[in-house]
Amino acid sequence: MPHATLRGVVRRFGGKQPVHALGPIDLDLAEGEFFSVVGPSGCGKSTLLDVLAGLGRPTEGSVRFEGRPVLGEVPEGVGVVFQEDSSFPWLTVRDNVGFGLRRAVLPQAEIHSRIEHAIHFMGLAQFSAHYPAQLSGGMRQRVCIARTLVQKPRLILLDEPFGALDQQTRLLMGDELLRLWRETGTTVLLITHALDEAAMLSDRVGVMSARPGRFIDLVETGWPRDRDSRVVSDPHFGELTARLWTSLRAESMRAMGRSI
Amino acid sequence: MSRSAAVFGVRVLLVASLVMLLELLCRTGIVNAMSILPPSEMVAAMMTVLASGDATEAMFRTFSTVGAAFALSVALGILMGALIHDLPRLRRAIDPVLASYYSVPTFVFYPLLVALLGLSMAPLVLLGVMSATPAMVVSTLAGLDSVAPVLRRVARVQRLGPVRTLLNVVLPAAAPALFGGVKLALSYALIGVIAGEFILSGSGLGYAISFAYQSFDNSAMYGLMLFVLLVAMTANGLLYVWEGRLARRRQPG
Repeated sequence: MPHATLRGVVRRFGGKQPVHALGPIDLDLAEGEFFSVVGPSGCGKSTLLDVLAGLGRPTEGSVRFEGRPVLGEVPEGVGVVFQEDSSFPWLTVRDNVGFGLRRAVLPQAEIHSRIEHAIHFMGLAQFSAHYPAQLSGGMRQRVCIARTLVQKPRLILLDEPFGALDQQTRLLMGDELLRLWRETGTTVLLITHALDEAAMLSDRVGVMSARPGRFIDLVETGWPRDRDSRVVSDPHFGELTARLWTSLRAESMRAMGRSI
Repeated sequence: MSRSAAVFGVRVLLVASLVMLLELLCRTGIVNAMSILPPSEMVAAMMTVLASGDATEAMFRTFSTVGAAFALSVALGILMGALIHDLPRLRRAIDPVLASYYSVPTFVFYPLLVALLGLSMAPLVLLGVMSATPAMVVSTLAGLDSVAPVLRRVARVQRLGPVRTLLNVVLPAAAPALFGGVKLALSYALIGVIAGEFILSGSGLGYAISFAYQSFDNSAMYGLMLFVLLVAMTANGLLYVWEGRLARRRQPG
């Protein structure tokens, strides 16, 4: 059974002149899979994530997570990391990371060890008493990932989490994400606008069309599970990126309002 | 010396020199001693009044009234602000009313409140609430507008209900703007209560000042006025320091 499924998902927005934003989309995410979504700007990538996370209801079609329908609420076991900085500025790094465990019915020792682990795993140990304002953008995004991590999500959805970071930081954060994925065995869906990021990190990449977003290509990367950012020097990486670009080029031009 | 210490020094110097100027004007007789006491005598008069214990009951009464009005205004203001924020249509209708609220002199209703509620603490608390709440509502609205939408989405991902979302995410995020409202609410509550006592009341500091004024007791009047001034400044100063401490966390460095 797939871990998460979308069947005939369509999303339209608005009243008198509805905008057809997404779909129809069919997608099966296998358990433990690293799936990336690339597509031209405004193609509905973030809408797809919203629908899968339960943050938005699909206009048509159905979404399931672990066999149960997702109905306008985020199911237990799903974590989301947003593109914008979503750390809480009034809390220290440690309190940010532990936020989701405040109400958890877990022994104190377990809560403590999860927070410690997440803080160390994301390289935040020296900063646990700092406030987000004292950290760089990349560090703040780590805080948000750590905050998701303590809840041990079985599906993590990331909406262009490294979009605002510089290229070097992005590559390194990609490595961290791979390590996280490998060690937790969680299923990952990553929305990105960076083709190289998708090609380097994923088991499978879904290429979306211009709006209304649909999958026009699904690319298997065939990388081994213990990969890291050094795959960029593999000739296969170039082929993958080229294939993604070939699929996307026409769509991107359409999204910009040009004919091919 | 750090920059902020220098700014503080200039501020103290400014107030001190104005006080000195007044002292000088009084002592040289340019200002009639029957109109204004020299500041040094005001301090002495304040000490006398405080030591005599005549004003203790009035102080207790006034500050408990102000405290009640202040606490009610903050709670009510946040509650109403949150409610209005959630109902955009109501907000569109009510925005101009809120904006022009302070052009209405609330005090004109005070005799009516006394007629309705009797000459007790209740009409004074209500007067304080009436003058302080709208400021809290307005800054709550501004504060809620300032909350980044992504934080509300995080609250949904964390599966928080509406109350927890408000208490654990939205209000802390809006805190800097709310603080402005809290400071205003304190000032307005104080003004409302003391002015109310001044107009029509048989007790409280406002009444004591008005009583001293009518019996030509300059010394008691200026002593009490100075006391009210110092208390108001101290309370505001404490809020200011607390606000600065909270704000520093959110600043880089």
